[in-house]
Amino acid sequence: MEKRLWLAAFGGSSFKEDEAKLMELARLYARYVSFSFRSQMQYRLSFGLQSAGLFCVTAVEFGGIYFLFERFGSLRGWRLPEVAVLYGLVNTAFAITEAFARGFDTLPELVKRGDFDRLLLRPRGTGFQVMAREVQLMRVGRLLQGAAVLAWGMAGLNTQWTFGKLTLMGWTLIGGVCLFSGLFVLQATLGFFTIEGLEVLNVLTYGGVETSQYPMTIYRPGFRLLFTFVVPLACVGYLPGLSLLDRVPAAVSQVWFALAPMAGVVFLAMSLQIWKWGVRHYTSTGS
Amino acid sequence: MLLQYRVAALAGFVTQIFWGLVRMMVVEGFYSASSASPLITLEQAVTYIWLGQGFFRMIPWTADQEIVQKVRDGSVAYDLVRPMDLYWAWYCRALAMLSAPTLMRAAPLLTIAWSFFGLQKPASLAHFLAWLPSMGLGLLLSAAIVTTVSLSLFWTISGEGVSKLLPAAVWMFSGMVVPLPFLPDRLRMILELLPSSSIIDTPFRIYMGQYTPEQFMPHILLQAFWTLALVLLGKAALARGVRRLVVQGG
Repeated sequence: MEKRLWLAAFGGSSFKEDEAKLMELARLYARYVSFSFRSQMQYRLSFGLQSAGLFCVTAVEFGGIYFLFERFGSLRGWRLPEVAVLYGLVNTAFAITEAFARGFDTLPELVKRGDFDRLLLRPRGTGFQVMAREVQLMRVGRLLQGAAVLAWGMAGLNTQWTFGKLTLMGWTLIGGVCLFSGLFVLQATLGFFTIEGLEVLNVLTYGGVETSQYPMTIYRPGFRLLFTFVVPLACVGYLPGLSLLDRVPAAVSQVWFALAPMAGVVFLAMSLQIWKWGVRHYTSTGS
Repeated sequence: MLLQYRVAALAGFVTQIFWGLVRMMVVEGFYSASSASPLITLEQAVTYIWLGQGFFRMIPWTADQEIVQKVRDGSVAYDLVRPMDLYWAWYCRALAMLSAPTLMRAAPLLTIAWSFFGLQKPASLAHFLAWLPSMGLGLLLSAAIVTTVSLSLFWTISGEGVSKLLPAAVWMFSGMVVPLPFLPDRLRMILELLPSSSIIDTPFRIYMGQYTPEQFMPHILLQAFWTLALVLLGKAALARGVRRLVVQGG
């Protein structure tokens, strides 16, 4: 099921469900990555400064959280290391997504110039081609920062980081990457209809990152519902986070919290369907 | 020009409201169970946050991109032969580019925040009257910072370094991420003397009544001092920069 959806969006329309095709796509993608890598390494200083800049900006954001905790002590019963784990999880997932899925940001430009037509002619899925257009290595700045905060938070807690917990953590990250990718795909799909790039969904991406850095309990019901059921960010941050931080009440089964990141995968699958629908309704702007 | 892109303006507006709400709920969360005695009340903190959202666009985020381009491709030479004072021409550009979006966004956003989301009125008429010039000085200072950063391009050409690191510093120290009254006391006292706090922090704290009328004058004078200092620094930098400038291209 999963693989079929994936192929439908990324593997062209012919639907041949064979391993060889996936492998071939992977090889092709690796080549795209290596092109991106080489072109970005042409400007080494610029790359370094951009990564460093991103590291600083995100570090400053965490600095803000740190100072708030210093002033107030706790946030509705949550201590700083616990919030640091939430922060680290969501920022790491977002950084990975930004590195690999920022290509979708270039879609409005493609549509505006009529260049999307060329993608349609090539014998590979459009989603794959758009995604592979850009791999942003400078996102390593945010990644390092997020991972550092995550590690710092983990070290600051008295929790035993068992194999099970680390697995759940990895699974949560996968769910997060899927969810954010889904959001990028949706944002790009909008571009088919608006031509102009629309930044409205930044509220859900950047805003979502900001929101899921804190426990969901501090938000009002409307926000909680939005980020649990519409854009299931809570499922790839807060809910598995509760399990990781031993905050699940004994009467409730852990399983639900461990399954939550699945919502991110489902979200991506749905987004890819919407993308396909968008491609079908694409009208060229070229002459 | 900004009105031409109505949807984009609306989107920016919605985004700003969203961030304001998140920040507000975070601060509410911190206040709810705290025994600490912060410098300002929750109502004041919420007011500070909404003012920050309203005047978000007057923060000196980056160098003037058009000047960046001009220095890089050498067309700055045309600006140099024009019979005008280059510093003030660029300064006015920066000022216009900061104030137009600020004015457009601040009024509707603050109205909505005041109606629905707990933005307080100014502490008193006196506070309001002091807030206006203080806000204006903040804007003048911000334009001076943008111009100075743009001028630094004469030395670095690419401008990558400054324009990438400036936002991080400004973001933190202006009070946009965390209202400065929340910072540890010693750090806060240092920051209150630096130009970054003169941009928005000083006017906001006058507005919400954290500064008493006797304190207005020293704070506003400090703002004026930094504005003047940065303008003079910028003019000096321009004079030196022009002498060593090598225009590329032929």
